[in-house]
Amino acid sequence: MSMDGNSAKTSRVAVNGLNQSFGDLEVLRGLSLHANKGEFVTILGPSGSGKSTFFSVLTGAATPSSGEVLVDGSPLSARGEHFAFMPQKDALLPWRRVLDNLTLGLEVQGVKRAQARERVRPLVPIFGLEGFEDAYPFELSGGMRQRAALLRTVVQDRDVLLLDEPFGALDALTRTQMQAWLEQMWEEFRWTVLLITHDAREAVFLSDRIYVLSQRPATVVAEIEVPLPRPRTIDMVSDPVFAGIEAQLLKILLAGS
Amino acid sequence: MTRATAKDRGAGIVGPLLVIALLLIGWQWYATHGGPGNDVLPPPSRVWEQGWAARADLWANAIPTLRATLIGFALSLVIGFLLSVILDSSGLVRRSVMPVLVVTQTLPLIVIAPLMILWFGFELLPKVLIVALVTFFPITVSLVEGYASADRDAETLLRSMGAGRMRIFRSLRFPSAMPYFFAGLRIAITYAVVAAIFAEYAGASEGLGIYMQLSKNSFRTDLVLAAVAVSALLTLMLFAITYVIERLTVPWLRLYRQSQVSP
Repeated sequence: MSMDGNSAKTSRVAVNGLNQSFGDLEVLRGLSLHANKGEFVTILGPSGSGKSTFFSVLTGAATPSSGEVLVDGSPLSARGEHFAFMPQKDALLPWRRVLDNLTLGLEVQGVKRAQARERVRPLVPIFGLEGFEDAYPFELSGGMRQRAALLRTVVQDRDVLLLDEPFGALDALTRTQMQAWLEQMWEEFRWTVLLITHDAREAVFLSDRIYVLSQRPATVVAEIEVPLPRPRTIDMVSDPVFAGIEAQLLKILLAGS
Repeated sequence: MTRATAKDRGAGIVGPLLVIALLLIGWQWYATHGGPGNDVLPPPSRVWEQGWAARADLWANAIPTLRATLIGFALSLVIGFLLSVILDSSGLVRRSVMPVLVVTQTLPLIVIAPLMILWFGFELLPKVLIVALVTFFPITVSLVEGYASADRDAETLLRSMGAGRMRIFRSLRFPSAMPYFFAGLRIAITYAVVAAIFAEYAGASEGLGIYMQLSKNSFRTDLVLAAVAVSALLTLMLFAITYVIERLTVPWLRLYRQSQVSP
């Protein structure tokens, strides 16, 4: 486990010694990590390791038993207004047309619908959703739904994006396309991202840094930098550096299970 | 519901009409070939003739029945919705109140209806109350189940956006309940006309219920049956209207259902 003592002062997000238990069930044990501004950080862990519990602490859905979360050095306020969350399933509302799904977060924040649409519209073509504004979500393909879900997330203009296995429900080919697409998007916007996944290749392909979590109770067992240049391309998966990191991650994951 | 092809839709209308026609033919044949006689079982042709001759009376009595049905049903919707919101507020409330609601559905109408007349008179009020009593339950239950069907991920998402209880109800739980609500609405509407007629039967100055009773007392079985046909038509009409309302208020639902079965 690695802990960078100075990171708390400068990081966009710093999580220090987070513990979380539900009754006798210990889910998080002394979880510490950080993400700098504009950094793509992945939390890689086996299924059921408490990754999603960690996110619910960040979004304010759960209160940690102990430990602290700092955003730009200040403690997390009760409402998770620093984080924009993208769930594993797209959770697009079937009764709202695509455009109205995209404005949902802004509407909840109290932005008027017309204004919210104005803010969303310029992003629609960038996210490849042009011409589908008035479609219902169930009329879109799986990849388009995830792009819509990401657009709905980023337009909230929060400090950090929390992506909870965003491509977990897609078929392998679409998933690879979406990873490449997300990489491009990130190059353009340089969001601060915390990504949860159990896919080692996805982690290497997208991240600047990767935290590997243990089985429950989750704690950080490794912190790995990904020194691959940006922008990343699909060919890089055969790069020795890429393959080496991927193998190392798998080894750590398998050793823990 | 699956996507209806033209053939299916045709069968949806032709099938029932064919069955009804066969039943009517059988009934006609039996009644005119040694049946028990017109006082007991008139043939459908006579019901039609006499019903047509008495159309002004039937119409004049159908209107008050329809009025009681619609006002009672509107009251039922308001009560059904309010109860659903109360029941949705907590598990404890749901477990405490639900059994009481179930009990209201076990009350024997044959006793309640005359009591309502005794308490509230021969006018509109007791009919409205009986229609509401009979129809609110499916509405409440379908709404409560519909709220509970709301997608957990979507709820987590809305929370993460900073949505409070009201916002989550308005933007997620209530719309999620619409498919359930319309199923409950259709169950409820089929009871509504019958409930109004039952209330009138127990005591009224006008309406199909009292018309049936008076016709029966003067051995005009043909007119009783003609009034029954009118009440069936009213129910069918209201049932059809629920589909129109569904189309208008939740236009996404039909498309959504279609998308769930097509690749």
